[in-house]
Amino acid sequence: MQESAPSKPLRRPALGVGTIAVVAGLVAAFAVPVLADDYWLSSIIIPTVIMGLAGIGLNLLMGYTGLVSIGSAAFMSIGAFSTYNLLLRAPFLPLPVVLILAGLIAAAAGVIFGLPSLRIKGFYLGASTLGAQFLFEWLFTNFSWFSNDSQSLTISAPRLQILDYDLQSATGRYYLVIATTVLLIALAFAIVKSRVGREWMAIRDMDVAASVIGIRVARRKLLSFGISSFFLGIAGALWAFGYLGTSDAHAFNLDKSFQILFIVIIGGVATIFGNFLGAAFIVLTPILLDRLSLIIDLSFLGDQGALANLQHIIFGTIIIVLLIKEPDGLSSLGRRGVEALRSRTRSSS
Amino acid sequence: MSYFLETLVSGLFAGVMYSLVAIGFVLIYKASGVFNFAQGAMLLFAALTFVTLIEKGMPFALAFIVTSLVMVAMAILIEWLVLRPLRNRDPLTLFMATLGLSYVIEGFAQLLMGMDVHMLDLGIPDVAVQVGGIYVSQFDIIASLIALTLVATLAITFNKTRMGISLRAVASDTLAAQSIGIRLPVIWRIVWSVAGIVALVAGLVWGSRQGVQYSLSLVTLKALPVLIIGGFSSIPGAIAGGLLVGATEALADIYVGPLVNGSVSTWLAYILAVGFLLVRPAGLFGDREIERV
Repeated sequence: MQESAPSKPLRRPALGVGTIAVVAGLVAAFAVPVLADDYWLSSIIIPTVIMGLAGIGLNLLMGYTGLVSIGSAAFMSIGAFSTYNLLLRAPFLPLPVVLILAGLIAAAAGVIFGLPSLRIKGFYLGASTLGAQFLFEWLFTNFSWFSNDSQSLTISAPRLQILDYDLQSATGRYYLVIATTVLLIALAFAIVKSRVGREWMAIRDMDVAASVIGIRVARRKLLSFGISSFFLGIAGALWAFGYLGTSDAHAFNLDKSFQILFIVIIGGVATIFGNFLGAAFIVLTPILLDRLSLIIDLSFLGDQGALANLQHIIFGTIIIVLLIKEPDGLSSLGRRGVEALRSRTRSSS
Repeated sequence: MSYFLETLVSGLFAGVMYSLVAIGFVLIYKASGVFNFAQGAMLLFAALTFVTLIEKGMPFALAFIVTSLVMVAMAILIEWLVLRPLRNRDPLTLFMATLGLSYVIEGFAQLLMGMDVHMLDLGIPDVAVQVGGIYVSQFDIIASLIALTLVATLAITFNKTRMGISLRAVASDTLAAQSIGIRLPVIWRIVWSVAGIVALVAGLVWGSRQGVQYSLSLVTLKALPVLIIGGFSSIPGAIAGGLLVGATEALADIYVGPLVNGSVSTWLAYILAVGFLLVRPAGLFGDREIERV
C-alpha cells in the first residue's frame, strides 16, 4: 500500500478561507443545473459525481485503512437491488430512509466479505472481494426474485420522490445525487478526522504497532469494510436510478470494480476530493475519445470495432502514463498548483 | 459411479488447463512481485498471432517460432516502457499498470488481427478413448502431456541452469541478488519472455478448444483462485490448485448446479479460495513468509 500519506501543509490556512471555499463550493454545486443543459447533467455531471462517491467508498477502505478490494461493484449492486426491493415491497418508506437502509444492507455484506481481512492482507485479500463480485452478479442474475421476476432481469427506476417532489427529471435526479453526495462527503471528512480515521491510518501504516498501542485492529478493519460498503451501496443505488434509470446485475460487473480502483489510484490514495478528479477522468475520457474520433477521420481503420480497440489502447496508455508520471494521483497535481499559486502571491506581495 | 468418475476426470483435465495459465502468473510473480493481470491479454495476443500466421500459410513450427519471437519482443518492450519506470513502486500500482497494459495489448491484438473467432486445429483428434472403464478425451490427455512437458522443462531450467538460479536469487532477495551483480532488467526481460511463451502454449491449447477469440483473455480470472489455493509463488502449487479447482467446478456444476438455477462455476472457485485463505493463508505450497496478520 501507499506508505506515505499525502503531506499536509503544517500551517493551516486562515480559518475563513476554508469556510468560504466550502460555501462557494456548495453554492456552485447547487447552481449547476442553471448553467448546464440536460445532456451535460445526465451524461457527464451525474455519473462523475456518483463515481466519485463510489471512489470515496473504496478510498476509505483502501487509502485510509490499507485494505485492497477488487469487488467494489458488488456492493454497489447490493445497494441498487436493496433500494429497488425496499421501494417496491415497503412503499411507505420515504426515499432517504430507503437509501440509508440500502447502504446498511451493503455494509452488512461488506463486513461479511471483510472477515478474511482478519487473517490476510495485501493481494490475497483482493480475492475475497473478487469472490463477492462474481457471487452477487450471479445471485442477482439467477434469482429473479431480486428483480421482481421481470423477464429481462432488469430493475427500473421506481418512484423517485421526496415529500411529493418528483425527482425524475434530469435536474431532479441531479439534486438527489448532489444532496446525497454532499452529505456523504461531510460524513467521510468527519470519519477521517475522527479517532476512527486516525486509527485506520495507524493500521494502514503499521498494523503491529497499532495493535500494540491498543487499537482493536480486527474491529476497526471490519468497521472500515462496513463504512466503505455503506458508501458504495448508496453510490450503487444512485447509479442504478439516478443515472442509468434501468439497470441489471451486469451494470455492476468487474469492469466497474476496476473503474473504481482506477478512480482511487488516479485521483489519489487517501484523499476525498481526488476521487472526483479520478471519476471525471473515467467518465470523460471515453466521451472525449468518441468526440475526437468524430473530428479526425478514422475511416481507414474500418469498422466501429476497430475504433473501440483504438480507444482501449489509448485508455490503457493514459493509465500507465498517469501511474508513472503522477505517483500520488491527480489530486497532488491540484495541490501543487495551489502551492505554486500561493507562493507566487506571497512573493508578489 | 462411472458418470461421477468421468465428470471428475474431465474436471481434472480442465484443471490442467487452468494450471497452464496459472504458471505464467507464478513465473512473473516470483521474479518481480507483480501480479500480472495482462497475462490473459498476452495469451490472447499470442494465440491470435499464431492463428493469423497459420492462416497466411506458414508451417506450424515456423509460426510457433515467429510467435515466440513476437512474445519476446513484447516482453522487452514491457520491461522498457512499463516496468522500468515503475520500479520500487508498491504492488498495487504495478497491478494497476498491468491492468492498463491488458487494455493496450487486447486493443492491439484485435486492431491488428480482427475480432473474428478463428478456428485452430492442432491436429490432435478429439475422440473419446476408453481408459480403465471410463471414457476420456484423447485431446485432454495430449493437452495434459503438453502441460507436463512444459512444467518439467521449467522446473529443470529453474533448478539446474545458471539463469534459473539467478531468477530464484532475485525472487528470494532482490537486493542481495543485485549486489552480487545480477542485473534485474535482464532477469525481468527473460521472465516476461518465458511467461509470454507459456502464454502461447496455453493460448494454443485453450484456443483449439474454444476457438481463438476475445474470451480467451478472461481465463485470467480463472487463474486467480487457482493461484490462491496453490500459493502465488509455487509451480507445483499452481498445478495442484488447478486440479482442485477444475475437479470441484465440474462436480459442483453437475451435482449442485441444478439445485440453484444453473452453473455455479463463475464464483465457486473464489469461495473455495477464500475458504482456503482462512485455513491456510499461504496456500498449499506457498511461502511461509506471506503477509498475514
